[in-house]
Amino acid sequence: MVKNIEKYGIPVVHVCTVTPISMTVGANRIVPAIAIPHPLGNPKLSADEEKVLRRNIVEKALKALETPVDKQTIFE
Amino acid sequence: MLKCVHYINQFFAGIGGEEKADVKPELRKGVVGPGSALNAQFKGEAEVVATVICGDSYFNENEKEALKTILDMIKSENPDFVVCGPAFNAGRYGVACGTVANAVKEELGLPVVTGMYEENPGADMFKTKVYIVPTKNNAAGMGEAVAWMAPLALKLAKGEEIGVSSKEHYMPNGVRTNFFDDKIGAERAVDMLIAKLQGKPFTTEYPMPSFDRVEPGKAITDMAHARIALVTSGGIVPKGNPDHIESSNAQKYGGYNIEGVDTLDSEHYETAHGGYDPSYANENPNRVVPLDVVRDMIKDGEIGSLHPYFYTTVGNGTAVASAKKYGEEIGKKLVDDHVDAVILTST
Repeated sequence: MVKNIEKYGIPVVHVCTVTPISMTVGANRIVPAIAIPHPLGNPKLSADEEKVLRRNIVEKALKALETPVDKQTIFE
Repeated sequence: MLKCVHYINQFFAGIGGEEKADVKPELRKGVVGPGSALNAQFKGEAEVVATVICGDSYFNENEKEALKTILDMIKSENPDFVVCGPAFNAGRYGVACGTVANAVKEELGLPVVTGMYEENPGADMFKTKVYIVPTKNNAAGMGEAVAWMAPLALKLAKGEEIGVSSKEHYMPNGVRTNFFDDKIGAERAVDMLIAKLQGKPFTTEYPMPSFDRVEPGKAITDMAHARIALVTSGGIVPKGNPDHIESSNAQKYGGYNIEGVDTLDSEHYETAHGGYDPSYANENPNRVVPLDVVRDMIKDGEIGSLHPYFYTTVGNGTAVASAKKYGEEIGKKLVDDHVDAVILTST
């Protein structure tokens, strides 16, 4: 899905936990997530803390979209 | 002797190239162009009694009429089987060969074989429907192509059993064939491993799907005015999963309007995804599709705007081909809405 959307020239950031799969499949901008069942959250945190965590990941994703890349890049 | 009708395009009939691609279907008695190579490979067991010729553009632009005329022409010769092409890497010709071959099989009930290059779009469209012999990407591979197509066509025409694709040389069509090999699996695996360690060629019995690459999209320079879309393979859907997206090997994706929705709460949304513990996603679907913080960031001026739908499917065991299709369709919608960038989340 990432690639076939990006084929239209729209940059796509792939937020996922298992980044090696994303690398194999061929996403160009990859942001690591927290865990498979809750990629953008952590149920151990309070609701407020969790939202801050989520915002940090989304901000990282936006940063990735703002960064020119010429090859597959994982934004740690 | 078995009777064969051969389907070819205007180029192989010697009528002309692109400038003649709009010629209408025509039936000629006997062999035209590559038919003589077919005849030679039939080795006296069959003969090309007639050749149907059609321009590639005409066929693709007037498929219904062209196909009807071509089938009538084929039927009028009362053949025992049909051969189409080979089309090599000529896209429209490949699609025409596949379409004609499929109709010959389905509507006339006749055995049929075609041939083309593996990346010809006709191959993906028809390889699970008709026997397609893989060929080189240009006509220099004619001799080799016909040498595989003719015996396969003869076997089909005589009603003989067709073996596995690797032995009979057709594109894998998804049909499994049981057979006894000379060597047991363990021996074959060890042979393969030894060949691999020695750097010698070997043929896998279970090829992995190939993953192609795409050019990275251009970086966003002005996020505060950019239009973002949210897409997920994590299976977040409106509660009750109204489109019945499958929990594994999804056969569809959904697009759901989120205009005026500030957060994906557990009251209205859930995940349809199998294969992972859904309790965290069900408890707070924003953990998979971060709509709540994206809304905050729009308010704070960090993001320009959000596409009015989020798109979702289930990534669990879903075929690459399906995901590709969903990506293509979603991408088109995003282009139409002038979306600048996509956040795609996966579980």
